[in-house]
Amino acid sequence: MSETAAMRADAHGDFESIIRLEGVQKFFGPIQALKDIDLKIGRNEIVGLIGDNGAGKSTLIKVMTGVMPPSAGRIFIRNREIQLADYSVRMAHDLSIETVYQDKSLAEKQPLWRNFFVGRQITNRLGFIDIKREKEIAEQILKGAIGFRSAGITVDSTVSNLSGGERQGIAIGRAMHYNADLIILDEPTVALAVAEVRKVLDFVRRIKESGHACIYIEHNLAHVHEVADRLVVLDRGQIVAEIRPRDMTVIELTEFLIDLQHKT
Amino acid sequence: MAAQKGPSLIQRYEGLPIIIVFVLLLALFMYIAPQVFMQPFIYTTFLSTLPPLLLLAVGLTFVIGAGEIDLSFPAIISFSGFVFAYLFKEHDLGWIAVVAGLASGIVIGFVNGVIIAKVGIPSFIATLGTQFFWFGMATVLSGGQSYALRGVDQSSVWQVIVGRPFAGSETMWVSQLPMQAFWTLLIVILLWAILTRHRFGEHVLFIGDSNQVSRVVGIDVDREKIKIFTLMGALAAIAAIMLTLENKNFFGNQGQGYLLTAIASVLIGGTSIFGGRATIVGTAFGAIIILMIEPALVAAGLTGAWVRTVQGLVFLIAIVFYLFMDEPQRRGAFFTRMGLRRNFGGGGR
Repeated sequence: MSETAAMRADAHGDFESIIRLEGVQKFFGPIQALKDIDLKIGRNEIVGLIGDNGAGKSTLIKVMTGVMPPSAGRIFIRNREIQLADYSVRMAHDLSIETVYQDKSLAEKQPLWRNFFVGRQITNRLGFIDIKREKEIAEQILKGAIGFRSAGITVDSTVSNLSGGERQGIAIGRAMHYNADLIILDEPTVALAVAEVRKVLDFVRRIKESGHACIYIEHNLAHVHEVADRLVVLDRGQIVAEIRPRDMTVIELTEFLIDLQHKT
Repeated sequence: MAAQKGPSLIQRYEGLPIIIVFVLLLALFMYIAPQVFMQPFIYTTFLSTLPPLLLLAVGLTFVIGAGEIDLSFPAIISFSGFVFAYLFKEHDLGWIAVVAGLASGIVIGFVNGVIIAKVGIPSFIATLGTQFFWFGMATVLSGGQSYALRGVDQSSVWQVIVGRPFAGSETMWVSQLPMQAFWTLLIVILLWAILTRHRFGEHVLFIGDSNQVSRVVGIDVDREKIKIFTLMGALAAIAAIMLTLENKNFFGNQGQGYLLTAIASVLIGGTSIFGGRATIVGTAFGAIIILMIEPALVAAGLTGAWVRTVQGLVFLIAIVFYLFMDEPQRRGAFFTRMGLRRNFGGGGR
């Protein structure tokens, strides 16, 4: 863990990219899911990750966040190389990398304050939770970082009472509260109503405003085009293009991706 | 659809519905059988018969709250009871017999946990298997015989665990107050605090909610499951020792009556059958209600044969009630199935 501590100490040090991948490969048996991935995420940048189903987006995320190791290649976090054998989800958390999954980030029947702190509870030495303090801080996150002023949502509300957009907001707000330097969002707008999508996109902008970085995986090109600084296009396990949204309209982008599919 | 988003009444006051039901039932019983329920003796009797049931039910509250089930605890009562009785009677080991009995329950619970969490066998099947195994072991090792612990009430073990500390009192009911009620109260309060305000309790509820979410937020799901089943084993062993001492006798079947009553206590109390929500207060009142049914029926002139029937009925009514209170989406699906409503998307989320 001391290595991790040292790396955390560097957090404010001199580094240009929060995470950097070099020549990353991933094989599932004979199938190559990721091929020669070189990718750099700046410290205050929103990067949209787009590509068709099966392009390797989720594999790439899993490799980056320690869910599974790459078959080959190197990963650097804040310019320091990670020992791939030790890399895990927990270590990613310790290094301030948080992932918000579509449906898997919050427990439905539990109140919001428990969802904020689970896995990192504020406890005394015997492991008993300081409920009062947790609720106070949860209240601040709710009002501050997430900006929920809507009546009816309190820290005691259970997640099952929230709408899809509100849930994403809670999950993103939690990641922001833990000062994650990199927040990875896995299709946060899937199955949301239009007004809800607006809210989520606002949360994504807040990540940038607060000075952190975000990788945003999205199917809907209009959504990602709107908020991303840079779009990385994956196709059959390879990065095939990097696009600045201001250089291309959503329609041109769609055409570009369709052409990509027809080229073999 | 502007549903109220704050905590519901049930969430705010732990176990509220069951406490109301308890008060109503008690009033009813006092009315139909005053000769039993208006006397103190029925309550002092409860204090000696409730502890084993309550300990089992509280352990099961953790297990069911985590979305699992344990069917092996009646066998743990047999096996740990045997270990204790054998060492106590045949080898005169006193407190060491108590420790050994407790340790056997912990080991059995730990093995259950490993089979479920590490091997990955569903808890229903795993504990059904271990239930047969340990019950069989107890029968084989004891040769099917019972152990009468004559004179046990002179020992310090008996005095401390199930003694009557106020035996000298002139008031009849005070002299009958049993030690096991005190120990059980202590354990139940501790476990209530753990479930509601300890890290472990929170993990139990998150695991019951969703194993996948729990892993994502960094809970070591396998390890916590092993702890839950180990706790259940320990509590079953304590119940076994109390039962054996209270009866001054060990017999192999002594755990068999608890399977229905313990599970019923938990579910009547309001712990969700789907996991993720659990209440120790509810379980405690559930256990008292289950235990009150027997004297009430007998006092009302029905035979003891009715007891199981009524307990089973109360159990089913409670499950249906909670399903409708707490699981709006399932309630919606139910109405749709019955053809009462066309789309259940409006049934709430």
